[in-house]
Amino acid sequence: MTSMVTAVSPPRRPRRPSIVRHIPPLGVVAAVIVLGVVLLAAIAPWILTGQSPLQTDATAALHAPSAAHLFGTDQSGRDVLSRVIYGARYSLLVGLGATLLALLAGLVIGIGAGLAPRSVDGVLSRVIDVLMAFPEFLFALLVIAVIGPGEVSIVIAVALAAVPAYARVARVQTMVVSRAGYVRAASSLGVRPLAVIVRHIIPNTLGPLLVMATIGVGTAIVSAAGLSFLGLGPQPPTPEWGVILSEGRNFLATAWWIAVFPGLAITTTVIAISTVGRFLRSRSEGRSS
Amino acid sequence: MTTPFVDVQNLRVRFPDGQADAVAGISLQIAAGECLALVGESGSGKTLTALALLGLVPPDARVSADALVVAGSDAVGFREADWRAIRGRKVGLVSQDALVSLDPLRRIGREVAEVVELQRPRRSRVEVSKRVIDSLTLAAVPDPAFRERQYPHELSGGLRQRALIASAIAGQPGLLIADEPTTALDSITQAQILHLLGDLKKSGLALLLVSHDLHLVQQLSDRIAVMRRGEIVETAASAHLFAAPRHPYTRMLLDAVPRRRETAEPIGAASKAVSPKLPDGAPAVMALTATGLGRSYRAHGGVSVNAVTDVSFSLRAGTTLGIVGESGSGKSTLARLLMATERPDAGDVQLHGQPWSTEPERRRRSRRGAIQLIEQNPYDALDPRWTVRRILAEALALDTSREHSQRVSEHGQEGRIQGEEHPKKKGAVRLSELMDQVDLSPELLHRRPHQLSGGQRQRVAIARALARRPSILICDEPVSALDASVQAQILALLSTLQHSLGVAIVMISHDLGVIAQMSDEILVMHHGRAIEYGSADDVLNNPGEPLTQALIEASALL
Repeated sequence: MTSMVTAVSPPRRPRRPSIVRHIPPLGVVAAVIVLGVVLLAAIAPWILTGQSPLQTDATAALHAPSAAHLFGTDQSGRDVLSRVIYGARYSLLVGLGATLLALLAGLVIGIGAGLAPRSVDGVLSRVIDVLMAFPEFLFALLVIAVIGPGEVSIVIAVALAAVPAYARVARVQTMVVSRAGYVRAASSLGVRPLAVIVRHIIPNTLGPLLVMATIGVGTAIVSAAGLSFLGLGPQPPTPEWGVILSEGRNFLATAWWIAVFPGLAITTTVIAISTVGRFLRSRSEGRSS
Repeated sequence: MTTPFVDVQNLRVRFPDGQADAVAGISLQIAAGECLALVGESGSGKTLTALALLGLVPPDARVSADALVVAGSDAVGFREADWRAIRGRKVGLVSQDALVSLDPLRRIGREVAEVVELQRPRRSRVEVSKRVIDSLTLAAVPDPAFRERQYPHELSGGLRQRALIASAIAGQPGLLIADEPTTALDSITQAQILHLLGDLKKSGLALLLVSHDLHLVQQLSDRIAVMRRGEIVETAASAHLFAAPRHPYTRMLLDAVPRRRETAEPIGAASKAVSPKLPDGAPAVMALTATGLGRSYRAHGGVSVNAVTDVSFSLRAGTTLGIVGESGSGKSTLARLLMATERPDAGDVQLHGQPWSTEPERRRRSRRGAIQLIEQNPYDALDPRWTVRRILAEALALDTSREHSQRVSEHGQEGRIQGEEHPKKKGAVRLSELMDQVDLSPELLHRRPHQLSGGQRQRVAIARALARRPSILICDEPVSALDASVQAQILALLSTLQHSLGVAIVMISHDLGVIAQMSDEILVMHHGRAIEYGSADDVLNNPGEPLTQALIEASALL
């Protein structure tokens, strides 16, 4: 009811119990973790001057975690900690790159479908439906099968697999926004159609897509690590989380640390990123545009 | 006077995070067979008061009262179970929007039957269905045996409202609370629903009518309580209140609504003063001409529906054409055809004597500035991410030289252009000139739409239209979404602008009061056809069509 909303002027938060007040919201905790991972990946070469992730040492193979090697060493005597930290660079780059690519492609297709005449929209939408019928990972595998394995292939495959979902959301959002009064007003003012799309439709469509993309980065990292695990991405000894995991699985019984630490890294990063995404989504849903 | 059915003393409703009480100590009584109207603008606490009588205030609200007698029992300290015994059985509620108040998945007979079963559980099925038919008949639903099997979406707005009333009275309550029962309806249906409520009142029902529209409640209510900011500023017998309003706020509300009731005088009398007249004998310049306009849509199953059929008119520069009709009569389609955002199937539109609707959009774009649109919903008319300054700057950029406008569109907004002192300065002057024209403080320039009130947003929308220096404004229900006092201000603003700028206005509305106040000529639409078209005097004083007559009567009654 409007009467209630307008009657209250300055919003005062109800006091939370004192213990709860000192715990920051989950989204903030997750955001700090994500920032930490990004920071580590960025400054990795400077903090790990002594231990290259590729440097082998036959005398120090399969050492358990110790003061010298916090995460232990692998079968070739490489430091697992340094490999995991360097791995964050690959995973974050692949995750962000694939998501950005998917977001852009999805935006273009979605806006096209949303504004196109009904027949074109119908064809595009059915194609999207068909693509969405495949599980994302299976679709990514299919793409790799066509374009061949490799680091760039993984980015493209993961991105392509995510495009349909972005396109669908972008299409609906475009349709909503393009029926809004301010878009009609801009056209009636005599603003050229392309300018209307760039100034009004794209920015107002982007909001929900960006929130979706935040969650998508996490999914993309998991997919990329999965593909690398299967040997379809960068090849050993590249310090990529999926690759390390794949190498470590042969030593699970004798040297658990090789597989467990990159596994934990993937899990923590992905959960943190998804939590931030969900936090942003619940915040943006409460707000009316 | 017998003991009143409702006796409220010093009712207060407060929200935990609110500064002031949403309802601040009001007292009211309603006797059986009496109608009390609670009138005020949105935010005055009138709906909250009504909900308090049903125990339906939001859970975080604190309600306190010295007495809250409903149907003979004092409801102070009632629990949820106590309230349930009252709702439906002692007090019925009719809310504003029947489309959302009726369950879309249930036939309306089922909706009514629920209340009947609630009132007395173990009834036989035959008995229940008889009571359902009785209630629908009482609510004047035609052919109730057929209608009870229909779903809400199959009914018109008026019938939905009747179905809602039927379910409210099915439990045979002693009090009926009607919260804006006719706001969503056109004026003819409004009159019918009010008539129905009047009949129910005569049968001994106490009635609490909540509305923002003083004139609307006038004929039905015995007493009127005017609310403002949670308080009742004035209570008086209806006739008294209209003859001699005591509180300045009541007077303002009375003045706010377009004059619909000039006692013995015809409705059109007030219209003359507002609009400028071209001197007689001056050569008539036609700003906008529509000839035989038609537009149809393909509906389900390939059947084509004619939204607009054979509409013709011509609008002289600087005058106002009022287009009035019920909802669904094709008014908004006509507006789109005039704006040439939609192509007519038949006929054409000429702008300043030049082809308009037949031109390709590419050639139309440079002339778009001449004809501008003001729409109904100010909440969606402005880009939510943009500041007022940027919204107006976008329109102004199109107004200045082509070279300049191109540079602006490349840079996104006018503030970024470097080393171009002259046009920038000129733009700033125009900006403050525009804000001045629509009576907005320049401080609002850096606000975003969500920081503005409905009236302020509509003013920004008008300013944006004026930025292109139009000679014609198409106003499609420009005030329907606004409070009564704001409505009056916006209409006054449009009149003033017409005087000072000489723009021609096409005023589209379902409200004959608005049309009568503004128009030089009136066109009445019905089922997509122009059934009547002529000078405002002729149409209002000698309506040729029964529907026009009905519209005039409906709005004069209120």
